[in-house]
Amino acid sequence: MSDGANGVEAAGSLLAALAGVSFSYGRRSVLEKIDLDVHEGEIVTLIGPNGAGKSTLLKLILGLLEPDIGSAYRRRGLKVGYVPQRLQVDPILPLAARRFLCLPERQSEDRLNACLGEVGASDLLDRPLQDLSGGEMQRLLLARALLRDPDLLILDEPLQGVDIGGQLGLFQLIERVRTTRGCGVILVSHDLHVVLAGTDRVVCLNKHVCCSGKPESVSRNPAYLSLFGPESAEGLALYQHHHDHRHDLAGTPLPESSADVDKDGEGRPVG
Amino acid sequence: MEIFSENFLLRAVVAGLGVAAVTGPLGCFMVWRRLAYFGDSLAHSALLGVALGILLGIDLTLGILVTVLTLATLLVLLQDRSRLASDTLLGMMSHGSLAIGLVVLSFFQSVRIDLMGYLFGDILAVSPPDIAWILGGGLVALLLLARIWQALLLITVHEGLAQAEGISVKRIRLTYVLLVALVVALGMKVVGILLMTALLIVPAAAARQIARSPESMALLAALIGGIAVTAGLGGSLTWDTPAGPSVVVAALLLFVVCLAIGQWQSVERR
Repeated sequence: MSDGANGVEAAGSLLAALAGVSFSYGRRSVLEKIDLDVHEGEIVTLIGPNGAGKSTLLKLILGLLEPDIGSAYRRRGLKVGYVPQRLQVDPILPLAARRFLCLPERQSEDRLNACLGEVGASDLLDRPLQDLSGGEMQRLLLARALLRDPDLLILDEPLQGVDIGGQLGLFQLIERVRTTRGCGVILVSHDLHVVLAGTDRVVCLNKHVCCSGKPESVSRNPAYLSLFGPESAEGLALYQHHHDHRHDLAGTPLPESSADVDKDGEGRPVG
Repeated sequence: MEIFSENFLLRAVVAGLGVAAVTGPLGCFMVWRRLAYFGDSLAHSALLGVALGILLGIDLTLGILVTVLTLATLLVLLQDRSRLASDTLLGMMSHGSLAIGLVVLSFFQSVRIDLMGYLFGDILAVSPPDIAWILGGGLVALLLLARIWQALLLITVHEGLAQAEGISVKRIRLTYVLLVALVVALGMKVVGILLMTALLIVPAAAARQIARSPESMALLAALIGGIAVTAGLGGSLTWDTPAGPSVVVAALLLFVVCLAIGQWQSVERR
């Protein structure tokens, strides 16, 4: 994908970074010597098994936790849009989408419509949250994050509870938001087989950064293979075809010649 | 003021309406946040407050207030640390403090306390200063609740989201819990704990059946509580039934009515 290559490196000022960060809850060490950075217009996908410390890493980036060792950097005045893993509202709380979007601050009708339109969810405005499907809820949460005009979008396992058809749409949507807004994106997934096609960098986490790099190279990296097994090599390529060719506006694949070839394809083994 | 000192029924109605106006909105968050047993636990811990008050030789209301506020703070702290669900914690707090209170009281054999008075109160015996406490304290509580309303609502929907957006979750949660403790402690002496806790839960549950937004639910809960107070006291006068329990019964009847309206509305919509 060419906009990934020229867009990122040209504009990409640093949004947030962790340098040599270690963190533990009491005696239980959760993260060790993590280096991670995210730039404008860049999509970083964080994968790792359950308990790999992904949520803790997000909290460190958000500044909700302070590292024990190392340092966390956030650009001055950085605005973060956070999309939590799952949101389930008890039926005892009568809450429509509109009211939810206006928490904690009221938003103008124009802005509400603009942000909901951006995620293709204009029809959700007056629906109670309890009635929304997994995919609709994720779109609503994304719209809510966009209302804050974020420089950095953080999505925690956005595909949970979204059916397969909806997953692809959601991925394309996230990519479109990145392209139109030029914000940085950190996307967390415990589903190792699903990596967003437009991902610039995959970071494979298991307490430490096992390996990181372009999606194709990570899937060939020995550290990745030993952590997730050889069968995941094919799995990672699930949405990969979107990376190898492009569609015209009607959805027809463009000829192969326009496809982008990965040039720096040797993923950096770290840990 | 003269009519106040003359007419005990009018005083009871005013006190009841004052309580209902506060417990409606406060109670909504109680059912949203699954803290329905919170009022109950506070009631039981109040006995410990009475015992401590006697032990330390301080004013009993002050003893109750301090105990209740301390336990509310403890609840918030333990919620974060103990890996126990809120209802488990509340159960332990409630029976634990009741037991400690009874044990401590047994050391003072000469002291006799009107426990029934604390548990059931006597809304018909409300004095003008009591009313001043309820209306003044209630107004302060409502203003504070209005201040934290948006943040507390977001925390109730998703704590992690609120935290990520820079809301100091712990402070807001503590504020709310202390607010409830304060209102319960002030109200229980006047209207009794039974009426107090019932007015926190029942009107909110009734309002949910017909409300479409958090704010309308809060207002409806206050309104339903007010109707329950008026109807209950009216019924008490007519049929010579105990006042506090009559208000609770009226609130329950209103709940049934709201339930029926809600069901009918959802059938209509289909």
